[in-house]
Amino acid sequence: MRVRVDEDSCQGQQMCSIAAPEVFGSDELGHATVLIAGDIPEHLHAKTRRAQANCPEDAIIIED
Amino acid sequence: MTTVEENSGPVTDPTSDYNIFDAEFVRDPYPTMSEIRESKCPIAHTDRWGGSWFPTRYDDVVAIAQEHEIFTSRSITVTASPLRQAEGPYAGIAAPPITSDPPDHHWHRRLILPVFAPQSVAKYEQGTRDLCNRLIDGFIDKGEADAGTDYAQQIPVRVISAMLGVRDDMADEFVSWVRGVLEVGLTDPIVRLENRNKIINFFREELADRKKNPRENDLITDLLNSGDKYPVSDQYVLGVCNLMLIAGIDTTWSAIGSSLWHLAQHPEHRKQLRDNPDLWPTAVEELLRAYSPVTMARLVDRDIEFQGCPMKAGDRILMAFPAANRDPRQFENPDEVILDRQHNRHVAFGSGIHRCAGSNLARLELRVALQVWLERIPEYSLVDPAAVTWAGGQVHGPRVCRVRF
Repeated sequence: MRVRVDEDSCQGQQMCSIAAPEVFGSDELGHATVLIAGDIPEHLHAKTRRAQANCPEDAIIIED
Repeated sequence: MTTVEENSGPVTDPTSDYNIFDAEFVRDPYPTMSEIRESKCPIAHTDRWGGSWFPTRYDDVVAIAQEHEIFTSRSITVTASPLRQAEGPYAGIAAPPITSDPPDHHWHRRLILPVFAPQSVAKYEQGTRDLCNRLIDGFIDKGEADAGTDYAQQIPVRVISAMLGVRDDMADEFVSWVRGVLEVGLTDPIVRLENRNKIINFFREELADRKKNPRENDLITDLLNSGDKYPVSDQYVLGVCNLMLIAGIDTTWSAIGSSLWHLAQHPEHRKQLRDNPDLWPTAVEELLRAYSPVTMARLVDRDIEFQGCPMKAGDRILMAFPAANRDPRQFENPDEVILDRQHNRHVAFGSGIHRCAGSNLARLELRVALQVWLERIPEYSLVDPAAVTWAGGQVHGPRVCRVRF
């Protein structure tokens, strides 16, 4: 699983970093960043999907 | 129709005649929101208070929030702006970036977002914790306190004062000015204008002071000096100060108050939080969802039919985030507080380009206020549930809330 943030959609709600703090962080403006380069380890898949589901802006894109 | 008398008659059908200032709605808006949401007319309309639309379903509220060019934020209250507001010191001062449109919105927001990023607001955690402890020191020996006026009300105003670098002893006046704009002022344009002017006059003096005596690590000084990147005017800086006061006090105070009110009646939730501190992140989001304090408004830019509703240019829409956040189409058991709720795509802070810029600070204040309260006062209950008083309209939360411990 790989994950990225659509920068045009992200408004910095930070719901992703609340759901999956190991995977998502914050840039200088408080917009989401992905902390893991490359594949997301399997034990974080469920959390990553939850982060995606909780984003009110639909800004998280998961590529399996 | 702007006077209280003209607008306060009994409501027979909330889908065509709702009144957000009705006493019962102010106290407990959720049954009415639910009635509208599940009716054939989930986007209600009223002629009261100059007229407004009231979308109650999650998908509709989010769709409107996303269409910021059609549903603009040039006016964010349900009642019209005070007449002749251009006279006097309020002339030309808005509340950027909420009231800004693109392209100005982009840099208006860019200038303040770094101040509110999670890593930036973290530096206020210890100060907020100390503040909460000091407030509790003041009443813990009495065995009784007002969780509203003695605690919730006292926290955000002092955090915001610290951020703005203004005197701490202004707290009571700030609270009174903000209530004058957001509570009393929504139905009384004269009170609203008077209090807006007090805010602007106060910050005009602060700006003059910072120009003479610039400070290090000071928000107002930094904003005044950001002109090398963006064309920052005094009007803009005054507008941001105005917004921080208006948006940062009543709202978070209401969220803290509602959460303490809820926990007072739910010993099982207090125990859950004591036994499992890992719950705090989801618990804070859940309390924000269930007791979303803020209902923003939008102004329709051009005639448009939205979900069958003939909206006209200049119409107002109430963004019922509290109703959206209890929509069963989006949330399982929406009226139940589930502190470890995993799927929680709430919009307590709005959605789209105008989502609340201060959300990370609000979350921090809410979490710390509740943590310190439960550390010091693990067991408590309402003195008299019927005696709790509420603010309502566009900001919902308890004001007087006496508890015993």
